[in-house]
Amino acid sequence: MSSETKQILTTDGIPLEVSLKKAEKKNKIKAFLLVAPLLLFLVITYIFPIGDMFMRSVDDRMVTNMLPKTFKAMEKWENLEELPPEEVYRGFYEDYKVLVEKQEHGKLGQRLNKEKNGFNTITKRLFRQIKRNKIDESISIKEQINKIHKRWRNVEFWLAIKRTAPPYTMAKYLKGMDMYVASDGSIAQVEQDRRIHRILWLRTLEIAFFVTLFSFFMGYPIAHLLATLPMKYSNLLMICVLLPFWTSLLVRTASWMILLQQQGVVNDFFVMIGLVGDDNRPEMMYNKVGTYVAMTQILLPFMVLPLYSVMKTISPSLMRAGKSLGGTPFVAFWKVYFPLTIPGIGAGCLLVFILAIGYYITPALVGGASGTLISNQIAFHMKTTLDWSFASAMGLMLLTGVLVIYWIYNKLVGVDNIKLG
Amino acid sequence: MSKNPEFVKFDKVDKSYDGKVLVVKDLQLDIAEGEFITMLGPSGSGKTTCLMMLAGFETPTHGEILLDGNIISNIPPHKRGIGMVFQNYALFPHMTVYENLAFPLRVRKVEKDEIDKKVDKALSMVSLNGFETRMPAQLSGGQQQRVAVARALVFDPAVVLMDEPLGALDKNLRESMQYEIKHIHESIGVTVVYVTHDQSEALTMSNRIAVFNDGKVQQLSNPAELYEKPVNSFVAEFIGENNTFNGEIIDIDKDKCKVKLANSEILANPISVKSKGEKTTVSLRPERALINPSEKMDNMFTGKIEEVIYHGDHTRVRLNLLGSSEFILKVPNSTSNLELKVSQDINIGWNSVDARALDPK
Repeated sequence: MSSETKQILTTDGIPLEVSLKKAEKKNKIKAFLLVAPLLLFLVITYIFPIGDMFMRSVDDRMVTNMLPKTFKAMEKWENLEELPPEEVYRGFYEDYKVLVEKQEHGKLGQRLNKEKNGFNTITKRLFRQIKRNKIDESISIKEQINKIHKRWRNVEFWLAIKRTAPPYTMAKYLKGMDMYVASDGSIAQVEQDRRIHRILWLRTLEIAFFVTLFSFFMGYPIAHLLATLPMKYSNLLMICVLLPFWTSLLVRTASWMILLQQQGVVNDFFVMIGLVGDDNRPEMMYNKVGTYVAMTQILLPFMVLPLYSVMKTISPSLMRAGKSLGGTPFVAFWKVYFPLTIPGIGAGCLLVFILAIGYYITPALVGGASGTLISNQIAFHMKTTLDWSFASAMGLMLLTGVLVIYWIYNKLVGVDNIKLG
Repeated sequence: MSKNPEFVKFDKVDKSYDGKVLVVKDLQLDIAEGEFITMLGPSGSGKTTCLMMLAGFETPTHGEILLDGNIISNIPPHKRGIGMVFQNYALFPHMTVYENLAFPLRVRKVEKDEIDKKVDKALSMVSLNGFETRMPAQLSGGQQQRVAVARALVFDPAVVLMDEPLGALDKNLRESMQYEIKHIHESIGVTVVYVTHDQSEALTMSNRIAVFNDGKVQQLSNPAELYEKPVNSFVAEFIGENNTFNGEIIDIDKDKCKVKLANSEILANPISVKSKGEKTTVSLRPERALINPSEKMDNMFTGKIEEVIYHGDHTRVRLNLLGSSEFILKVPNSTSNLELKVSQDINIGWNSVDARALDPK
């Protein structure tokens, strides 16, 4: 009792705690130095890129930097129902002149056109006026600009400029969900026939879910077999399971293309056994079927391995105990074996789902139009439209989605129940 | 109610796993109702295989197993109603003690009240009341063992099988569990088939012991007879300690024979030898040979002490006797004990009836 309250001293009279800290300090430093390279690597390759991605996705400083005087002047524009005062026009004119000199006026036109359709035309008109030196700086700029095109007299267009003033924007995220900020500042949905992203998100979730489900139903018996077969056979089976890991992803996907295409091996077989007519071969590729089949095969090892590692630790005598105590084989499995494999199921499903949700190459090659996923859309914006900020935004949304799933999983099953190996 | 002497019957059972080697050969074994029978043998002797066949996890390659007169070879394990205690307890790690015990009752669709009653009774039998809500991982080895025993008994099986249940416990706990299991058996009268490789465990607990070796029952008898009257040299060797002499019969009559050793002759009790000229191994328990015998014994020799080892309750003395330096004597430690010193010569004597001439090793 007293030893808990009284400070314990070593034989030299130093408090035990101090002495312990001193003794362990060296080990702690050593341990830290050992992991420091990895930590540094993680920070450089993981934290920074994600941070950069986030910055890119919300960054909207282009217009802010292009029109500094305009936005300064707009601070004094109070009555937003009416056209802005002369200072705003003058600021805009001066900013625009600078852009013309730097030949960056085109970019501004395009950017503003995205904000409000029809901007490109009127900025081009303004550009021509400036080129021909038609603007007299000594008189009211407002009146001169308003004369160039009637849209300059429309307050909506000036409000559009004002909306681009903040250096950060959530527009890319809204776009990823098929929404946008309307001219009155409210969030609106795009028209029905242009809502492509939401379909892609749902399809991604659907495909990831079913791929996980298929992998589970196929992987569970395999893992069980692996864990219970004698070493001689289980090693062979393990090689079969791991073989996909040792083959290039592209090669595997390409071989699925050979198998699944309309003149492919599987269809030939179906025709041969008379399941389908030769002129009525089903399409198994360039649609969801192809994506399901190929992704399930490719992700199967990620389901099998965690399950196997858990099943390996379950003593066979537990099933025997269940049976000897009177449980039918099914009851023994369901009440005894299955609950013990839940950590492996959790790990496998989470792994497969998270991998599937961001899968790219396979859907791109065998998915066709109806089998592509959100990651294909991200790649499209990275490579084709070069809208990196939109790609970043969708990437981050994907990451957030994965974290949400992880959180839900943690709430339902508990992450400490996961066993990866 | 008269007890069925053939409650469990192995009738000419053979078992082979690979079609080449028989692990159980022509097993003929009757187990009486309420009996505590132990299958004892070295590992690989086929005893666990016999147990697994009885439990239904292995099928006999040939022959039948009968339970209360019914052939059970085709009945799946869960319908046999045989309780089993496994080597590593096999408690369900995701269930509480209560759920573990309730499992066999729940699958039998027993009423909730009845389950509570039976679980309570079973737990009090192993003195673990109050442990219902614990998980198996929160119990010590001995407690887990008791839960396993209680679980095997909770559904009132006719037969309980125990597969080296005490193997993982430390020595003291093992001994106290031996008595506990024995007492449980005595109080509820269930038939117990117990498998172990520990001879002292077998001797303390069983009504009868079946000594297995090489797929065959070498001897089936009660503990005392097994120890005192082994029928062959394997049993003699396996159960307890013994001193052996290898020699040849040079003279034999009804209850005595003369065995010629390398350079002397001894008198022995002919058990499995029939005629002159047979080779034999004579087995003698260490405690049956006396130092400086007061009475007249028909085997009297002088040996030289090679080693003296103090064992607490007794002292082991290794002698050089009749050309062998491996002769062991067990001397009880008492105050009147004479001082034994290395390289001292002492007189040793034993009766020929205790020296059993068995099959040659």
